[in-house]
Amino acid sequence: MSADRPADAPMRVEDKLFTLRWKHDKQSHIDITAPEVCVETCRGEWQRPCTTFCPAKVYEWQAEQEKIVIYFENCVECTTCLLGCPYRVIDWRHPRGGYGIQYKNG
Amino acid sequence: MSNAEKFDAIVVGAGPAGASAAAVMGRAGLNVVLLERGDVPGAKNVMGGVMYGRMVADVVPEFWKADPPLERVVAEERMWLATPDDVLSVGQRTTHVTHDDGCPNAFTVLRAKWDPWFAARAEDAGAFLVPSTTAVDVLWDDAGNVCGVRTGREDGDLYADAVVICDGVNSFLAKRARLEGHPPEPHHLALGVKEVIGLPAEVIESRFNLERGQGTTIEIYGSVTQGHSGYGFVYTNRDSLSLGVGVLVSHLMRTKRTPYDLLEQMKQHPMIRPLIAGGDVLEYSAHAIPEGGYDAMPRLYGGGVLIAGDAAMMVNGLHREGSNLAAAAGRMAGETVVEAHRRNDFSARSLAAYEAKLRDSFVVKDLVKYRHLPAFADRRPDLFEIYPRLMNRAVHEMLTVDGLPKRDKQRKIARDFLAARRPLQLVRDLYETWKVIR
Ligand SMILES: Cc1cc2nc3c(=O)[nH]c(=O)nc-3n(C[C@H](O)[C@H](O)[C@H](O)COP(=O)(O)OP(=O)(O)OC[C@H]3O[C@@H](n4cnc5c(N)ncnc54)[C@H](O)[C@@H]3O)c2cc1C
Ligand code: SF4
Ligand code: SF4
Repeated sequence: MSADRPADAPMRVEDKLFTLRWKHDKQSHIDITAPEVCVETCRGEWQRPCTTFCPAKVYEWQAEQEKIVIYFENCVECTTCLLGCPYRVIDWRHPRGGYGIQYKNG
Repeated sequence: MSNAEKFDAIVVGAGPAGASAAAVMGRAGLNVVLLERGDVPGAKNVMGGVMYGRMVADVVPEFWKADPPLERVVAEERMWLATPDDVLSVGQRTTHVTHDDGCPNAFTVLRAKWDPWFAARAEDAGAFLVPSTTAVDVLWDDAGNVCGVRTGREDGDLYADAVVICDGVNSFLAKRARLEGHPPEPHHLALGVKEVIGLPAEVIESRFNLERGQGTTIEIYGSVTQGHSGYGFVYTNRDSLSLGVGVLVSHLMRTKRTPYDLLEQMKQHPMIRPLIAGGDVLEYSAHAIPEGGYDAMPRLYGGGVLIAGDAAMMVNGLHREGSNLAAAAGRMAGETVVEAHRRNDFSARSLAAYEAKLRDSFVVKDLVKYRHLPAFADRRPDLFEIYPRLMNRAVHEMLTVDGLPKRDKQRKIARDFLAARRPLQLVRDLYETWKVIR
């Protein structure tokens, strides 16, 4: 048995995402409606949970730019961020019909 | 698609709920369109996935004779209570893998393969499948009834007597159709992450001691969720394993653990690692599960509109049932629309028959039975850690032959329990758990 991605070896999320296939749209289906909330308010009690609960690591805090950068191309459309952002400032919509994640097993 | 097109019914979403609704209505001769946002049904869908034959057969009679893409028929179900070092296992292996009529009781599927097949049965029944099309809103008539949907396509308004909403977890259309009750909370949602791990069929059959075509399911409670409420699973497919873990989003928000990290740690568990050794990770996936239960359900119908499946929170998390509730509810929604069509009355009063059917079935009865479980699971993630640990220690103590008399071992175990929980806490934990699952 030879394996390209051995199941019993450690695997980073980047490697996991590498197993996936998308039809990419040019326009983002994700937006943060009040980015100022991410800077201060969410830093305190909640510590920007979108940067950890998202299974595709779509949200990343960029310290220099003082903002959440959205890698929308990685989104697997699990819909968790609709409820997981404590301040509900993530405006996530379905990608346009036919675009986005395309599972071959699911 | 022109503005003027009018159908008897529009179904939004070609998962188990939507395909079931469309099949039933199509077979009754209604003019049905089935919208799916994926470029094929299943492209967006993930589940563990154990599917239940009875609810599929209620929609596609004798489906098992039509060469469906099922992976393995479940012959053994195990539940593991895990600590980092050991598991306590209970389970059943059976020869009764089918109902009397030959319908498989439970079988594993991969949704990207199952959904296209199931949706094609709805097409056979006469439904018109339109993929790559997202419904973005519902349309209203002057009387305040839903009379169609707006799609993301140009000139994409479609009209119908009835709209059946089956768009899955975190339904956008439920809101648009004003069916949503109080807005859902993070503890109404679990996030499942999963990998499909390729292994030759013979290896799977020898590792799990299975006959060809038969399968095993393992549900894993305890250390694998690392202090979050939820569970892990390993299911056998034909030539792959589905391995995953699902935990409450409310807990993930607090712990700041990443879901992929939980999955990685689970794969390194000493009892899981040998099951996947030599395998090849074919695909990673993630999907939310609506776990809010009965009290978080939306209204189930309105004028010209019905809602079924995950979109209506129809998941029995304790028994990992969702696809079957969806298929049953989709069927009942379809039947209700067929009856309304004969009466030519799509008012809310006419469609109320749907809720009556659901209440009379296992769908709502089971959701009512476990209505207090979601809040309990949110409040008590500690139970998912403490009891698997204590029980494993107890069994380990009894099985360790070290010269200590058994009565002394029992005292030691009792001391162990009491060191972790005071007597009153033990009684309360037991009572509370019993109360929510009895
Ligand atoms: C990790 C995991 C494990 C699970 N394990 C099991 C299990 O072992 N057994 C079990 O029975 N259940 C399981 N479930 C639950 C099960 O997957 C769901 O309950 C079931 O899929 C619900 O079916 P549905 O038809 O309501 O929704 P879905 O299957 O989600 O189907 C909804 C469909 O609608 C489409 N759609 C969404 N929005 C739109 C729109 N606006 N326009 C057009 N199309 C749209 C989607 O692309 C999708 O095809 C699991 C779920 C997860 C996430
Ligand atoms: S969780 Fe919401 S508020 Fe917090 S950083 Fe992320 S997007 Fe901003
Ligand atoms: S839908 Fe899921 S994968 Fe996509 S951004 Fe939200 S949390 Fe991440």
